Amino acid sequence: MLEIKDLHASINGKEILKGINLIINAGEIHALMGQNGAGKSTLSNVLVGHPAYEVTQGTVRFNGKDLLALKPEERAHEGLFLSFQQPVEIPGVSMINFMRAALNAKRKYQGLEPMNAGDFLKLMREKRKIVELDNKLANRSVNEGFSGGEKKRNEIFQMAMLEPQLSILDETDSGLDVDALRIVAEGFNKLRTPQTAALVITHYQRLLDYLRPDIVHVLLDGRIVKTGGPELAQDIENRGFDWIKAENTY
Amino acid sequence: MKSEQQYIDLFTRFEDTINKHSTALLNTPRRQAFEDFRRMGFPSRKVERYKYTDISAAFAPDFGLNLNRLDIPVNPYEVFICDVPNLSTSLYFVVNDSFCNKVQPSATLPEGVIVCSLAEAADKYPDRLAPYYSKLAHTEEDALNALNTMLAQDGLFIYVPRNIVVERTIQVVNILRADVNLMANRRVLIVLEQGAQARILLCDHATDDRDFLTTQVIETYVGENARLELYELEETHARNRRFSNLYLQQAAYSNVLLNTTTLTGGMTRNRTDVLLNGEGAETNLYGCVIADGCQHVDNNTLIDHRVPHCTSNELYKYVLDERAVGAFAGRILVRPDAQHTVSTENNANLCATPEAHMYTQPMLEIYADDVKCSHGSTVGQLNEQALFYMQQRGIEPAEARMLLKFAFVGQVLDSIAMEALRDRLHYLVEKRFRGELHKCEGCKLRK
Repeated sequence: MLEIKDLHASINGKEILKGINLIINAGEIHALMGQNGAGKSTLSNVLVGHPAYEVTQGTVRFNGKDLLALKPEERAHEGLFLSFQQPVEIPGVSMINFMRAALNAKRKYQGLEPMNAGDFLKLMREKRKIVELDNKLANRSVNEGFSGGEKKRNEIFQMAMLEPQLSILDETDSGLDVDALRIVAEGFNKLRTPQTAALVITHYQRLLDYLRPDIVHVLLDGRIVKTGGPELAQDIENRGFDWIKAENTY
Repeated sequence: MKSEQQYIDLFTRFEDTINKHSTALLNTPRRQAFEDFRRMGFPSRKVERYKYTDISAAFAPDFGLNLNRLDIPVNPYEVFICDVPNLSTSLYFVVNDSFCNKVQPSATLPEGVIVCSLAEAADKYPDRLAPYYSKLAHTEEDALNALNTMLAQDGLFIYVPRNIVVERTIQVVNILRADVNLMANRRVLIVLEQGAQARILLCDHATDDRDFLTTQVIETYVGENARLELYELEETHARNRRFSNLYLQQAAYSNVLLNTTTLTGGMTRNRTDVLLNGEGAETNLYGCVIADGCQHVDNNTLIDHRVPHCTSNELYKYVLDERAVGAFAGRILVRPDAQHTVSTENNANLCATPEAHMYTQPMLEIYADDVKCSHGSTVGQLNEQALFYMQQRGIEPAEARMLLKFAFVGQVLDSIAMEALRDRLHYLVEKRFRGELHKCEGCKLRK
């Protein structure tokens, strides 16, 4: 589904990613771990086309297409979704208008008519339940005044609405209490299918306990330096990153 | 030649014609207005209240005037259908500066309520108008007042007697209609007696692709305990220059909601003076400006707290796109006697392009010591993070920008108390942001 080859990227002239290679297949969940500043968020931002980052080398193919040639909204239409580390508050734009614009933009891309109002509201109601968001949500402004937990639940709600193929969860567990974490993780698990995949960025084992990744990668200074099974995450939880760093010091 | 000279010459030459086609009440202050105008000339940009708009340049071209009051062939109903859904109004038309007697709404107004030509009213009810006409818009103080007073021959009169509640909204559509470049000088007098209530919607449109220059002076008197909602909506075109001076005097415990919305136009200059003359009066002053192209929109307001225990809220929001220029200067004056004044003023602006310019100047002058006042102003750009967030969800940048702009002015639109009008404006503003609005959607022009 996703094939990253020798990806280099920089921000403000500073190289952050120094040759990433990663293949994610349908049905797989990959965890990406690493210390602060290793480049985890840079990778997710580059994949969704954040304008602040410049790709200097390498290729990314998504279902065979040249992902880097697509605009951010086209990447979304193709099935790429980012659960933001810090979801943005948009005062004055209601969730309902926001979601309708997003969903209908995707439908337009697929050559479909806009969804009628009745069906749309029904869909909102249905998907809301996945992350236990209350029904006042529709009229509230996007993320405005949402608690940390509500914001992250809202990200998963949007994911449920848009049904992406590949979801990137960028520290979706940060700022969550144990109950909110469970709701978010269980919500995510309900959305999994053999056709979907995910890249989960996290510092902690707790989220991974729920999501059960197939493959765990460790990012160090812009490169993936170690890849293993779920036991690697457990090792990191117990021992930290220093032993991996030591392995990679020449 | 300075641009005021042609107006001085015009008046000197046609004073008799102007008088002949008007009426005693309007003719009385004309001479003095002329003297005032000749003395002052157009204000330069060094004059504080005119620093953001070059009046002289705007009035320099040669426009035709209809001083002989020739009947302009137009049937408003034929050129104009304004069907704001669920907004059944008593609909009247003013063509250029002439109240259109040919078409009148079928529904009758409550007894004693008058909506008619100003000149006609001045003849019919001279005593009722005399205490009000040209009493707020001082000609010695403002050149545009002087110019309008010396040239205006007719306009609109709205009168609501004591304790009468007008349920149905009074809607007046001003149509600019001409086959040559035209100057129109419209005069409006609105009087609500003690305890009266009314909602008035004034819509400005231009039907012909000509240069228009309009001056307008609106004098509004709101009596004790009276309630007025006054909405002004400009939807003209890029070839219109609008200069409007609105004066509003409020008596004790009166309540006024004033909303000025500029959706389309060329050059717009609105002066709004609110005089809080009676204790316990409340005024809510809102403005919404959406401008693009080379539009120039200047709102200059004064809220004068003259007596204690009055409340004023003021909020203006601008969205400027392309090379549009916006200006807002809002002065709140709290006089020494005006203890226990509560006043808020806010002007928030969005410049959507680097070429758009906003000048903003909130002013608060307090001479009383027991008051609660605030004022503030912001100029900002669209939130890049929000734009990217929306783009990641698949929303195209143009649509995302539209949603953000719409959200920005939402607060002002929501201040509109008339639900049907609020819904209508939401719709019109959205169309405007999408670039689909050239003329009022509901008012389809028929050829």
